[in-house]
Amino acid sequence: MTTRGSRISLAVWSGLVLAFLWIPLVVIALYAFNASNIQGWPITHWSFRWFRVAWDSDARGALELSLKVGAVATGSALVLGTMAAAAVARFRFFGRESISFLLVLPLALPGIITGMALNSALFTVWGLAPSMWTIVIGHATFCVVLVYNNVVARLRRTSASLIEASQDLGADGWQTFRFVVWPVLSTALVAGGLLAFALSFDEVIVTTFTAGAQATLPIWILDNIRQGQQLPVINVVAFFVVAVTVIPVALAQRVMRDSGIIRRGAAKVTEAVEAAEIPAV
Amino acid sequence: MAADAGALEAGPPIRRARLRLSGFLWRHPWLKALGLLSPPLAAFLILYIGSLAVLLISSFWTANAFTAAIEHTWTLANYRLIFSTAQPYLHIAGLTLEMAAAVTLTDAILAFPLAFFMARLAGRRTTAMLFVMVLLPLWSSYLVRIYAWQTILAHDGAINWALNGLGLPDQNLAYTNTAMWIVFSYVWLPFMVLPVYAALERIPDSYIEASEDLGARGSRTFRSVILPLALPGLVAGSIFTFALTLGDYITPLLVGGTSSTLIGNVVYENVASNTPLAAAFATIPLLIMGVYLLIARRLGAFEAL
Repeated sequence: MTTRGSRISLAVWSGLVLAFLWIPLVVIALYAFNASNIQGWPITHWSFRWFRVAWDSDARGALELSLKVGAVATGSALVLGTMAAAAVARFRFFGRESISFLLVLPLALPGIITGMALNSALFTVWGLAPSMWTIVIGHATFCVVLVYNNVVARLRRTSASLIEASQDLGADGWQTFRFVVWPVLSTALVAGGLLAFALSFDEVIVTTFTAGAQATLPIWILDNIRQGQQLPVINVVAFFVVAVTVIPVALAQRVMRDSGIIRRGAAKVTEAVEAAEIPAV
Repeated sequence: MAADAGALEAGPPIRRARLRLSGFLWRHPWLKALGLLSPPLAAFLILYIGSLAVLLISSFWTANAFTAAIEHTWTLANYRLIFSTAQPYLHIAGLTLEMAAAVTLTDAILAFPLAFFMARLAGRRTTAMLFVMVLLPLWSSYLVRIYAWQTILAHDGAINWALNGLGLPDQNLAYTNTAMWIVFSYVWLPFMVLPVYAALERIPDSYIEASEDLGARGSRTFRSVILPLALPGLVAGSIFTFALTLGDYITPLLVGGTSSTLIGNVVYENVASNTPLAAAFATIPLLIMGVYLLIARRLGAFEAL
């Protein structure tokens, strides 16, 4: 497997696959600066003017909704995911092993199943009206596992005796949390929260089943693509969305690495695969 | 607990109460576990598992053809409709399965050499860089990546520009099943690369040396040592590529043509007008994934995650 020829052909193949992965992202980034409102390749004139138009368009309302939904869903996921992780990592009880499996279901099952299930339950059975809160319920459901995975991994690598030591030294529950638990968990929470936010910010399929008339940013993009309207504005929004989803993930990677939790390559992969289990559905 | 007792007598009342509470919880760990676990578990069971149950149940109801109001009478009518050969549904399910299989195979072929290069040939720094280069497209907006392909495949898009540059004629790829296959393979590719990389990275060098010491050539080592050990990673990756294709309706909607209707499109189109039929059709990918996950577990895919 290590002959020169096979090395070179593997390197060339890898380069081609990476080009395949990145060229569409580069193309869409370039279109954001296309002066023309006709979507043709190659781009002949460049301009920033569509950024201004996009800022003044109805995409801004969609952005606000996306940010609100992302914040509330991430907040709920942080609280619920951390509680579940603490229970699973620190206690033994019946059915403990199946908790991880249960929590990953909303992401592991095809998006239309999660969307359709929530749609039937929320609207048909409970008779709720579609609102920002029904979108939040959907997003929080699949965001919990991101926080859970990060926190469980962190708790498994830290000793429970730290907490007992803190109590023996006379700290009350809040002090133990503030000075012992929080420093241990903070980077895992930040990383899990960033991933959860990135996932919520990008989600389309489940959202189309749980939203009514209100549009999150991805729904706004989808509607406008389907109607073939304001393509230059879509380009700018697309560029913006890629930037906004990529930055939290890059930060999350960095936070996990700098915390010294990931020391060897193998551990890094486990972490990344845990994070990647979590598709941007 | 000695310090605890001393602290109980000193300090303001609030602190004493807090100490008493944390001491109480420490002596009754099951209470703490219950308190930690019940809110998330209750929320999850009610909201999600409850919803899945509702999905199954409502697939046995019907919708009034005129008012779309749901009639709560038990019937197999939806399933009879789906499995009737006079209807397009079986054909659509077949096309969806074929597409999922084709995409999974394509991604395996594209991903394996890259994962192999990352795991066994590249240096540490290169591997770290390649890793980020695979991870970022995975996380960047999936909708935007589909949209990017819509513009690339369009008649005056980048593909035809490149083909003309090479002196080749235009291809009408936009809005075809081929376009759908390309875009599906593209958006799910990172989900295949990462688990295969993880599996390949875990193979100890000594296994490969042992195989070479025993006189195996490169191709034999690959067939008898590397491939079997990478298999759980490939299966793990295929769970994603397969499930995600089964559950998607955006890609066919944006880059597919008139004959590119998948299970997801039918579910989405019927969700308002005939919810029970949509629910019944959504249980098909649920069943398929159930079987797929059982097979994957036997092949050791869950250990590879």
